[in-house]
Amino acid sequence: MAAESAATGGPQSALFQRRRGRQLFEQAIGWVLFLCAAVTVLTTVGIVLILVIEGLQFFGDVSPWEFFTGTKWTPLYTNQAFGVLPLIGGTLMVAIGAAFISVPVGSVTAIYLSEFASPNVRAVLKPILEILAGIPTVVYGYFALTAVTPFIGNFAEPTIFNAASAMVVVGIMTIPMVSSLSDDALHAVPQDLRDAAYAVGSTRFEVTTRVVYPAALSGVIASYILAASRAVGETMAVTIAAGSTPNLTWNPLESIQTMTAFIVQVSLGDTPHGTIEFRTIFAVALTLFVMTLVMNVIAARVTARFREVYD
Amino acid sequence: MVGDTERTATQSGAGAGTATAGVTFQPQASEDDAPASPPAVEIRNVSLWYGSQQALGNVSLDIPRNRVTALIGPSGCGKSTLLRCMNRMNDLIDGVRIEGEVFIDGEDIYGAEVDPSDVRRVVGMVFQRPNPFPKSIYDNVAFGARINGYKGDMDGLVEESLRRAALWDEVKDDLKKSGLALSGGQQQRLCIARAIAVNPEIVLMDEPCSALDPIATQRIEDLMQDLASDYTIVVVTHNMQQAARVSHRTAFMLAGDDLVGRLIEFEDTDRIFLNPGDERTEQYITGRFG
Repeated sequence: MAAESAATGGPQSALFQRRRGRQLFEQAIGWVLFLCAAVTVLTTVGIVLILVIEGLQFFGDVSPWEFFTGTKWTPLYTNQAFGVLPLIGGTLMVAIGAAFISVPVGSVTAIYLSEFASPNVRAVLKPILEILAGIPTVVYGYFALTAVTPFIGNFAEPTIFNAASAMVVVGIMTIPMVSSLSDDALHAVPQDLRDAAYAVGSTRFEVTTRVVYPAALSGVIASYILAASRAVGETMAVTIAAGSTPNLTWNPLESIQTMTAFIVQVSLGDTPHGTIEFRTIFAVALTLFVMTLVMNVIAARVTARFREVYD
Repeated sequence: MVGDTERTATQSGAGAGTATAGVTFQPQASEDDAPASPPAVEIRNVSLWYGSQQALGNVSLDIPRNRVTALIGPSGCGKSTLLRCMNRMNDLIDGVRIEGEVFIDGEDIYGAEVDPSDVRRVVGMVFQRPNPFPKSIYDNVAFGARINGYKGDMDGLVEESLRRAALWDEVKDDLKKSGLALSGGQQQRLCIARAIAVNPEIVLMDEPCSALDPIATQRIEDLMQDLASDYTIVVVTHNMQQAARVSHRTAFMLAGDDLVGRLIEFEDTDRIFLNPGDERTEQYITGRFG
């Protein structure tokens, strides 16, 4: 740069003047892009800070022991109890139930797309699956209420709001995540390994189940964890479908409340700011944040190990 | 360089045991010129297309049983493609069309009722890059046998296969170790053990030493000659010295301007290298092109 500005003083300065304008423009672009990136990072830092500060204030009033071991969650009632387990239980029940749908269906879809489908079928199916990922979650919530719950009513007697319908729609919602990420992992398995398996007389099914899937296992497991993390954080559909009854139960036909649904309830309600009732949402959100963060870190670790094997 | 060798070797007669400029003619390469048993593989008028581009033009040759046969020729001459016709590996590529017949024990492996995976049980393959599974050494060798429902003594089979691949002494104490933890040459011998554990009749080798150092290469070459007593070996190689060292018969292939690979000459190896019948073969082996 120093050499260039020295050159601007020379006889061909008009030529270099124009170039210098372009360089300033380049620098400006660099700064704008940096600011955009900084906004994202600062927002994340800000959110975490607020969660931690407000959460710590909450834990000044309610002991963490009571919060994490109590089995009754009634912060909005006169008889207040701050045991978060019913919310965590509801959240995990929905996430685990959803995994029973998304993991098998997503895995089989990924295996089909990666190993069995012809390029033409793949070109049609993949975009359709991605549409599934693009449906607004409120639509899934409505679908749970108006289609899934009546359907479950054919076999059992669910309450209007129930965990089972939330499991079903969150499961469907996270299928594309499992199938797309697993498909990537299966696709990354070197063709060499498939050839080696074929060369000793394996059928396509044996190649897939005994070589390709095990070789991609860490990537596939990462997709399961990320889908579970998404299910844990899912808000709109579960708020509509599962109801708002904090309930430590194993029965999916009952109404429950997830952590996200509780945050919605308090945020939209008339709970006054600055009260301990209002601060509960920061404590719950902090807990939720830590849960999903841990899952994402585990997924990243598993994926990193997967990369080491083949690069 | 090879040209010098040719002249020297010709002067010294049959060429057996002559070593010049890195080319050694093994005595066994010139023995048994007429194999008594019927050919292991009979390739009849095979043509192959990748989409609309023809890659093989009307190739016919007989692969002799319990011998090492080398396929040589410049890049793109179709030698690997021809090799993969013998165990139907080309079937796995989209848009491939094959005409002609390939007989193994009198049966056309491209017959309508033949399952390609059954063909590959009889015709094993070793690839250019060592490709062990990310599994233990033991599981790598046992893989094919398990797939094929082997009911016998698996430990014995694994040991026997590793011994035949000249790897047993190096790995017998850590069979649980990952196959990927071995060196390149060891990995390739593991792949050979994996291929012969299925007890094939024929083993195809697609440039098996191209990713290996000279010492590892020599071990694989020795192994090929040892294995030839029990198996029919077909090896594709870029390395003419290698073809001269290990093979009994050599096929020279060449693609013309139309990119269609054709068989130019198929003869005993010493004949190909000492007294080729076709001018193009001579030009290739004396390094004038390719």
